[in-house]
Amino acid sequence: MAQKEIEVILTRQLASYLAMPAFIVDPDGTLIFYNEPAESILGLRFDETGEMPLEEWGTVFTPMDKTGTPIAPAALPLAMALGERRPAHGDFYIRGLDLVLRHIEVTAFPLIGQADRNLGAVALFWEVHS
Amino acid sequence: MQVTLWGTRGSLGSPGAETARYGGNTSCVEVRGAEGTVLVLDAGTGIRRQGAALPQSLRRIDVLLTHLHMDHIQGLGFFAPLYNPEVEVHVWGPASITLNLQRRLRRYLSPPLFPVRLRELPCQLVLHEVPCGDFDLGEFRISSMLVGHPGPTVGYRVATSRSILAYMPDHEPALGVHRFPLAPEWTSGYSIAAGADLLIHDSQYSIEEYPRHVGWGHSSLVHALSFAALAGVKHFVPFHHDPDHTDEDLDRLTAEAVAEAQPAFGLTPGTEGAVFVLDVKG
Repeated sequence: MAQKEIEVILTRQLASYLAMPAFIVDPDGTLIFYNEPAESILGLRFDETGEMPLEEWGTVFTPMDKTGTPIAPAALPLAMALGERRPAHGDFYIRGLDLVLRHIEVTAFPLIGQADRNLGAVALFWEVHS
Repeated sequence: MQVTLWGTRGSLGSPGAETARYGGNTSCVEVRGAEGTVLVLDAGTGIRRQGAALPQSLRRIDVLLTHLHMDHIQGLGFFAPLYNPEVEVHVWGPASITLNLQRRLRRYLSPPLFPVRLRELPCQLVLHEVPCGDFDLGEFRISSMLVGHPGPTVGYRVATSRSILAYMPDHEPALGVHRFPLAPEWTSGYSIAAGADLLIHDSQYSIEEYPRHVGWGHSSLVHALSFAALAGVKHFVPFHHDPDHTDEDLDRLTAEAVAEAQPAFGLTPGTEGAVFVLDVKG
């Protein structure tokens, strides 16, 4: 079994202690971890979803704008952080796996390790209560 | 492959009657291959005696640094081959985000910390930065990978067709883990250690001491034993002993941890001068 890079392991360990929802993807965009606070927004425990490719998590949470128009996976902040190696921010709506519609704000940043290694990206997100 | 421990102490050289058996010199391990290649893992104070014991005929030696904390480079200025113009000395080690290996080493090998500058060393000095994936040195295939320790730090996996040595003298895989260990893919250092014939690993603290040192980059012996079991190693050498641990302390801590863990692999405490011959995959 291949081991994750140390920067990714430490990011997961940090995320597991944070009260902020956090979502981590690898360089291919595959979801590799989200923490317990994220579970309450996404509607399912990570142990139940497991790893998930970008095409799947980018649609399974049905991201949409305020008019209900679907947002393409590539336009999500996390995909932009990953693809363009820069921070990205946005707010939109998702329908969690518990089928509840939620308004969330997301800040995403790339994970760039020692020797400029591209290791994936992280999204921190908040539910917007308006 | 023959592996010799020339320095087993962590953090600070600790000579004295109370540490004579485990040894007071800081990290240095020599690896000799069947075809004559000589590697030195880390340049703690143990490297002085190691360098003095090398055959005069040797024309190349490779020093692989895990990181540049003082206890892993302090002996470098006293390494005899550096002063022999007929010897190629290749030093491998991690760069930082902002400084290359040469500039990092120069911080120590220059006044006021040391009278001789790096550029003044008479040997044929070649510096190489890791991690750089896998590379070959003589009959050895070397793999390096960043591991959990403050600052850029790598572990080394040294393999031949017959045996595998894993070396992680400074490593805290239990950092931030609620119930250690996690699955292999989420455990720092797993790929370096997996299936090794011999694992030389940080075991600086007792399990009672560890909570006061979380984040310092070191392991308790109990955590190190769990890590070794997860990695499926065949033999384990506790290493990088705390300077405050006497020979009696280490005997007791080892006996207690082994009695508790009941490891399925062999264990030999890391004592200065210990020699291991690996030749198990014939």
